Formats: sequence, C-alpha cells, structure tokens
Amino acid sequence: MSVLSPPRRRLDIAAILLTTLTVLCALLWFFPIYWAIITSLRFDQETVTDFALFPKNPTLSAYIFTIENSNLLRWYLNSTITSVTITIITVGVAACTGYAISQLTFPGRKFLWWTILASFMVPVSALIVNHFIIIAGLGLLNSYMGIILPMLLHPVTVIVYKQFFDGLPREFREAAVMDGATEFQLLFRIFLPMNWGVTTALAIITFIGAWNAFLWPFLAAQDETMMTVTVGITAVQDAFGVAYARLLSGAVLAGFPVALAYLLFQRRVTQAITLSAGIKG
Amino acid sequence: MLRNRRNEILVAYILVAPFILIYGWLFIYPTIQMVQMSFTKAPLIGPGEWVGFKNYVRMFKDPTFFKAVLNTAYFVALTVVPGTLVALGIALMVRRLNGWMQSVVLALFFLPYVLPISVVYVIWDWLTNKQFGMLQGPISFFVGEPVNIWRTIPWFMPGAAIITIWWTNGFSILLFLAGLRNIPQELYEAAALDGATRRQMLTRITLPLLWPITVLCLTIQLILQMKIFDQVYLFAVGGRTQATMVMVQYIYEQAFQKNSGGYAATLAVALFVVVLVFSILQFQILRIRGQR
Repeated sequence: MSVLSPPRRRLDIAAILLTTLTVLCALLWFFPIYWAIITSLRFDQETVTDFALFPKNPTLSAYIFTIENSNLLRWYLNSTITSVTITIITVGVAACTGYAISQLTFPGRKFLWWTILASFMVPVSALIVNHFIIIAGLGLLNSYMGIILPMLLHPVTVIVYKQFFDGLPREFREAAVMDGATEFQLLFRIFLPMNWGVTTALAIITFIGAWNAFLWPFLAAQDETMMTVTVGITAVQDAFGVAYARLLSGAVLAGFPVALAYLLFQRRVTQAITLSAGIKG
Repeated sequence: MLRNRRNEILVAYILVAPFILIYGWLFIYPTIQMVQMSFTKAPLIGPGEWVGFKNYVRMFKDPTFFKAVLNTAYFVALTVVPGTLVALGIALMVRRLNGWMQSVVLALFFLPYVLPISVVYVIWDWLTNKQFGMLQGPISFFVGEPVNIWRTIPWFMPGAAIITIWWTNGFSILLFLAGLRNIPQELYEAAALDGATRRQMLTRITLPLLWPITVLCLTIQLILQMKIFDQVYLFAVGGRTQATMVMVQYIYEQAFQKNSGGYAATLAVALFVVVLVFSILQFQILRIRGQR
C-alpha cells in the first residue's frame, strides 16, 4: 500500500485537518449502515423512543421475531442455491470461452469475440419482458432454474478472462503441447491454476451481483417460498407493518453475506472491479 | 500436424458451446422476439395480431412515455456528474492516508456498494421516516418541518439520487484510486523540485492525468443510471407512481400490470436503442484510450 502514500510527507496542520475531515466523512458515510444495525438491536417499541447511539437494552428479539414469522431462512437457502449456481456456471463458462478465444484458432473466432464485445453494450433490463415469456413458457417461474437462467448473461467475465489469457506468454502453451498435454489439461491444469486470483476475484464479484439482484428474481419468483432474500425482505413490509427493528433485522441479515464477502476479500473485489472496467490496477 | 489442427478446432467448439447456447437462447433469441413483438398487439403471454408501426406511433404520442423519459433524464442528471465528482473527492481524500487507516476508511466508503438495493431501501426508508427518521432533524432545520420525501414529488428524485450516489459510488472511487496509483511518482518529485505548491500539483498533474478515468466513470455511470428501476420502484410503491415513472418502470407496468406485452416490447426497444447509442459512445472512448 506504500505506493499510495502522498507525494510529500510533512506533518502540518493542513494535513491533520484533512485527515480528520476524511475520517469524519467516512464515519458519516457509514452512519446509515451503523444506524440500521443499532436500530435492529432494539426492542420494537424502543425504536421510536430511544435515539441513543447505543441501544440502552440491546436485544436480538427483532431477529428472533423475523426468523420465526417470515420465510427468511428459506429465502436464505434460495439465495444461496441460486447465487452459488450462477457463480459456478458463469465463471466456468467464461473461463472456457475466454481460453478458446484467446489461445485457440478456430473458424468464427473473430466473429464470436465481436459479438461478445457488442453484447456488453446491450441493456439486459430491456429484455425482462421476453425473459419472462421464455421462462414462463417453460413453466420455470417460481423455480431455481427460472431465477438462474437469465442471470447467466455476463459478457464482462469472458472479456476479462480473454484479456488475461492474452497476457500470458505463448511459450507456456507451446512447451506444454510439446510435452503431450491435451487441450483440456492445458486449460484446467496449467492456465486456470496460473490465474487462480483472477478466478477468485471474478467469482466473488459474480456472487455479490447474483445475491444482490433484484429486478429479475422479483419477476421470476412471486411465490413467497421461492423468493430470494433480497426480494423477500421487501415483501414482509406489509405483514410487519411499521416495525422498523424487525424490518431492519431482515435487512441486516440479507446484507450480511455480501458485506462479509467484501470484508474478507477486499483486495479481490477491488481487482475484479478495476479489471472489469478495463483498467490494469 | 493436420490432426492436431482439427483437434484444436474441435476442442475450441466444445469449450465455446455452452456460452453460445446460453447467449443464443437467452440473449439473441429474446432480442429478436422483442423486436418482433413490438409490432404486435400481444398480451404478456400468448400470440398477438400484427399491427405494424402502431405501437411506435402510440409511443411518440404517449405523455406517460415522455414523462418516463424526462424523469429518467432528470435522474441521470442528478446522479452521473454529481456522483462522479463526489467519488473523485473521496478518492483524493482516501489516497492521502496510509496503511490500515486507508483500508478502514476505504471500506467504510465502499461498503454500501456491496449491499442489495432492498437493504439500501429499508435502511433509508427508516432514516427518512417522517415521524422517527434521523434525517428529519436536519430536514426540519432547513425547511422548518418534517417532509414525507417519498410522497412529495419535488423531493422524490433528488432523494432517490442522493441514495443512489451513496449506494453506487464505491465503484467510481475504486476506479479513481486505481487511476491515482498509475500516476508516476516522479512527476510529483520533479514538480516538488521545481517548487510547485500542493494546489499546483493537484490542478496541473493529478486532475489532467485523471481525465481518462473521469470520462470512463461518467460513461459507466450514465449507462447504469439510464436503467434505473429498483430504487424508484421501491420508494414509490403504494404512492402516485405515475409522477415519478422511469423508463424501465414503464416497461414493467405495461407488461406486468397492464398485460400489454406488445407495447411493453416497443418501450423496451426504445430503451434498448438509447442505451446502445450511449454504449457505443463509451466503447469508442475505451478504444481511443486503449490505443494510446
């Protein structure tokens, strides 16, 4: 991180003031999340009387209520199954496609590459109506497959893989071919293990994106037992009424896995974002 | 050698087959179906009679469509440039810090970005609650009374825009930080030797060299925010949604609430074309950057 250090290191009042200001801004920026967590730890009647920065009587009662009175655990399971499946398929397919386009020569290669670049520009949200028609036609509404399928469109991951494989020296491939390695061995034993980092980064960002998806799961799963957690927590609002501790406990639980994924893999998330924006970070 | 060559082609097709299958089925096919459907009077599910350009004529005479376009443009104007400026400011502040302090401060700024929109919605719905929301204190201080932001039309879009900036800014911050890291340190050292002040270093070195990243952030944000739906839908639900209608929301309403698939497809084609035009613009910018 030392590369990020400021050009000049001189202790002066301006610097101290700026640092203090930065920290204050960061705390203010974080405050909504903090306030949500704190409110979720209060008794429901106290959310409108206790405005202290720490709850006077911290309690998990809102969490217990939410888990007992909604399908939250089921939604969690749904979100986990769909997000993990989307991540595995998306990253796997992208690795194979990126490898083929980067390392192999075959008729239609250029055309395929340009199609992928072009599809990058197309708004998937314009396709919701027709995705709905396709998925409904197959009878896949309110099913895991129905939620998963339209969310497999991630041209960016292919582009990142292709560019990454492009950056590797040609000699690797040639030497391995000389040694009699088959094409599949090349990909799975040499090329993929060589960039485990990129794969992890793409997997984490795909998982976060899939977990957070709203519009498509909202359309595809109207049945309460098939909702993902991000959609589900907005569906309990009518049932719970104005009970913010309960609503917020659901929100905290829904956001927890992705926040944790980010905090554990901070560097990988940064890498995935800069790579997918086309910057060599 | 010829055997190897044929083998290579075979392997290549096996590797790209799943991708082509998914894309053909879930991307190319629905796109064609959407265009075709936009010329019919189809309901959401089921066939419809061919009506030629009738839907397109209707669209250009539809006041709600124009309302939705204007609201989307207004939302884009409120988020893209202000959001990028805020991100630039935050990146410049974060860059000054070192070590663990930088990691912690960056994490605090970045965390909202990884949250689902529905979580963001619940958090801010509580903060802006008319009776008990923490933000009603400052709002009362400036306007004299608490405001029901999501039921007061002039407040709605700016409110949604501020939340969107809070939510999506982490992305731009990371891009700016990567850009700052790529500025050669020697430039600052040379400038320091020449007796340049901090302000001069900022305006003469940092900002000009960050320009390409700034353009990148602006275009990414522009394309993202044109597709706004979730926030506006969640905050408006139960209220007068017509007044704050945005483009994707109008497609949703026509398809899933009014059951007019044909007209919804027409609106989707319009969105498709608009986003495509701006994306091509973005692609050109990226290509120009890549060539240098």
